[in-house]
Amino acid sequence: MVLPALAMFVAFGVVPLLGVLGLSFTQWDGIGDIHPAGLDSWRHALTEPGLFHALGVTFLVMALSWLFQTPISLLIGVLLASHKRYRGFLAVLYFIPLLLSSAAIAITYSALLNPNFGLGAGLNIPLLNQDWLGQSNLALCVVVFVVSWQFIPFHSLIYQGGVRQIPRSMYEAAEIDGAGRIGTFFHITLPQLKYTIITSSTLMVVGSLTFFDLIFVLTSGGPGDATRVLALEMYQTGFKANLMGPASAIAVILVLVGLGLALLLRRIGGGSASDSQLEGA
Amino acid sequence: MRHSSTEISVERSPISRRNFLSLTAMAGAGAALAACGSSGPGGDSNSGGKAGTASYWFLTGQPGEGIRQTAAERFNKANPNNKLEFTAFENDAYKQKIKTAIGAGQAPTLIWGWGGGGLKSYVDAGQVEDLTGWFGENAAVKDRLFPSSFGPATVGGKIYAMPCETVQPIVLYYNKKVFEKAGAQPPQSFEEMMALVPTFKSKGIIPYSLAGKARWTNMMWLEFLLDRIGGPEVFQSVFDGQKDAWSNPAVLDMLTKIQQMVKDGAFGKGFSSVDAADNADQALLYTGKAAMMLHGGWTYGSMKNDGGDFVSGGNLGWMNFPPVTGGKGDPTNTVGNPGQYLAISSKATAEQKETAKKFFTSGVLDADETKAWINDGGSVPVAKGTEAILGASPDAAFLKYVYDTSVNAKVFAQSWDQALSPTAAEALLDNIAKLFQQQVSPQQWVTNMNQVIGK
Repeated sequence: MVLPALAMFVAFGVVPLLGVLGLSFTQWDGIGDIHPAGLDSWRHALTEPGLFHALGVTFLVMALSWLFQTPISLLIGVLLASHKRYRGFLAVLYFIPLLLSSAAIAITYSALLNPNFGLGAGLNIPLLNQDWLGQSNLALCVVVFVVSWQFIPFHSLIYQGGVRQIPRSMYEAAEIDGAGRIGTFFHITLPQLKYTIITSSTLMVVGSLTFFDLIFVLTSGGPGDATRVLALEMYQTGFKANLMGPASAIAVILVLVGLGLALLLRRIGGGSASDSQLEGA
Repeated sequence: MRHSSTEISVERSPISRRNFLSLTAMAGAGAALAACGSSGPGGDSNSGGKAGTASYWFLTGQPGEGIRQTAAERFNKANPNNKLEFTAFENDAYKQKIKTAIGAGQAPTLIWGWGGGGLKSYVDAGQVEDLTGWFGENAAVKDRLFPSSFGPATVGGKIYAMPCETVQPIVLYYNKKVFEKAGAQPPQSFEEMMALVPTFKSKGIIPYSLAGKARWTNMMWLEFLLDRIGGPEVFQSVFDGQKDAWSNPAVLDMLTKIQQMVKDGAFGKGFSSVDAADNADQALLYTGKAAMMLHGGWTYGSMKNDGGDFVSGGNLGWMNFPPVTGGKGDPTNTVGNPGQYLAISSKATAEQKETAKKFFTSGVLDADETKAWINDGGSVPVAKGTEAILGASPDAAFLKYVYDTSVNAKVFAQSWDQALSPTAAEALLDNIAKLFQQQVSPQQWVTNMNQVIGK
């Protein structure tokens, strides 16, 4: 099975990547001929303040959504793993946001948060009647919230699986030693979930680099450029401004950042994050 | 019909097993495609049957889609040997599709568009036919259209596209009921427009409805204000690529006025999250939550459709943007879309080009299509001599206004984002959005924009 997988990866992963790398040394408007341009595109991309702003927004969204998602997913995961009654029902309920497409979620939220026709105006609740997507900081918070709302179910599921893998004998031993619920959580559940946390964090961090559809539909990167993440900057440069060269340079930067972060997280995890931690495995 | 620069929406759907399998099958085809390069024969691939069959892509969305389709079908019936093979695309999808298709050498024979900077990028790439000579030989075709519609079809003194469909100036709309309730009069000058801001605000009404999320909607305010303050020459010099053309003092004055309006709350506090794609800005006007709206002529039709009896009950008022006291611009000047455009792909075969030209002569804006645009489309075609049909339409008052404005305008400027190259237009829209967010000062705006002049 290695060969077909490798062929797929080369055809859809490596070849386009090399193509983009090649394009980043050219000048192309997407319509006419491609001209070699040396380092011009890189110079253009790296001297544009937009790139660094977008990088900043990307890291901010990444950090905030990690901070927001991890504790909640962890708690829901533990809850779903232990709860006997209604567990299945609740799991299905929590899982619903993940089944919706990002575009549908974004359209729904922008309708709900509409300052004139949205939830706040409709129900006459002043607290809800903010200019959610029209103010820079608020819009960023909304993006983080909606992203988290969409992905918390997925990470809860990972944590639920992780918790269920912890041998019962550990809890029984802790009980004999007189540990309480909170004590077992911090001394058994959390340490045992170390690798689950790393897996989930890697997915969150690297995944947040590719946020595009949700933010694009929700705010289009606005107001101004307050929520313009790297992927959006790349799209605008390439497909709106017809600057395929600099857009390719941004794409390469995006790949490098993602690769660097994934490697970093692996290193924090001790390199053997994918090894099994189960007895006898 | 929407303005052309509405944003694209993207939907990500998980790959189903079936799609996944077909992707695998395509892996081999991918290598074959890569070998094609950019020299594939345009149009050939999807024209079935006769050599003279020309492909023609246009936009979906009623009432325009039906009118376009009927016109093409009528032409096909009359010309069994020179048929059009048409496909309709949604506005935003079309913009991506046509660019990619032209770049890949797979353009349709007839390239529908908005002219201006987009057309110029095709011309620079040698992808569209020079029609100057053909229009010279077929003066009758040229003479039956508005002369002003040829501006955006002309690049470097040569004509590269056939104007078609309708003329759409930008109009200052107002809600008569709201004005009556507030005891206010429609503004006669920009100063009066500013003075109306506190009047409406104190009543909890948004003075000017603006869909700030879309960016090009904000641009309409800049276009009119700059024209009224400094005259059309200021933007013309930007368009001509003159160095530091944005440094004209009129620009700074205009930008300062805009930021003052934002500070005064002229657009309401939530304007930057209002989207034009779902016509929320129009809804604000016809529900009486806003008093006025600066928007394209095409919104008349959608407000008539969506606004209940708002339009039919005579509550919609309209006027040209009023003058700024002491300003240089002629108050008859307007801005918007002087027309839509059909260019011919240079990659099409001689027979396909022949069909396309035949369509220009006998199909585009023939008597039936012209009538359909007026009566079903609620808009003014770019064809001359339609006064009688316009006068008999149920929307005669508005149509007459659009017609007169278009014909009498001393200068009918094309929307900036259409006139400029895609690269410069994107920088413009970006900086306009930041201006309305107070993220850039007028001075910084000028500096930023001077950097992309001529790009």
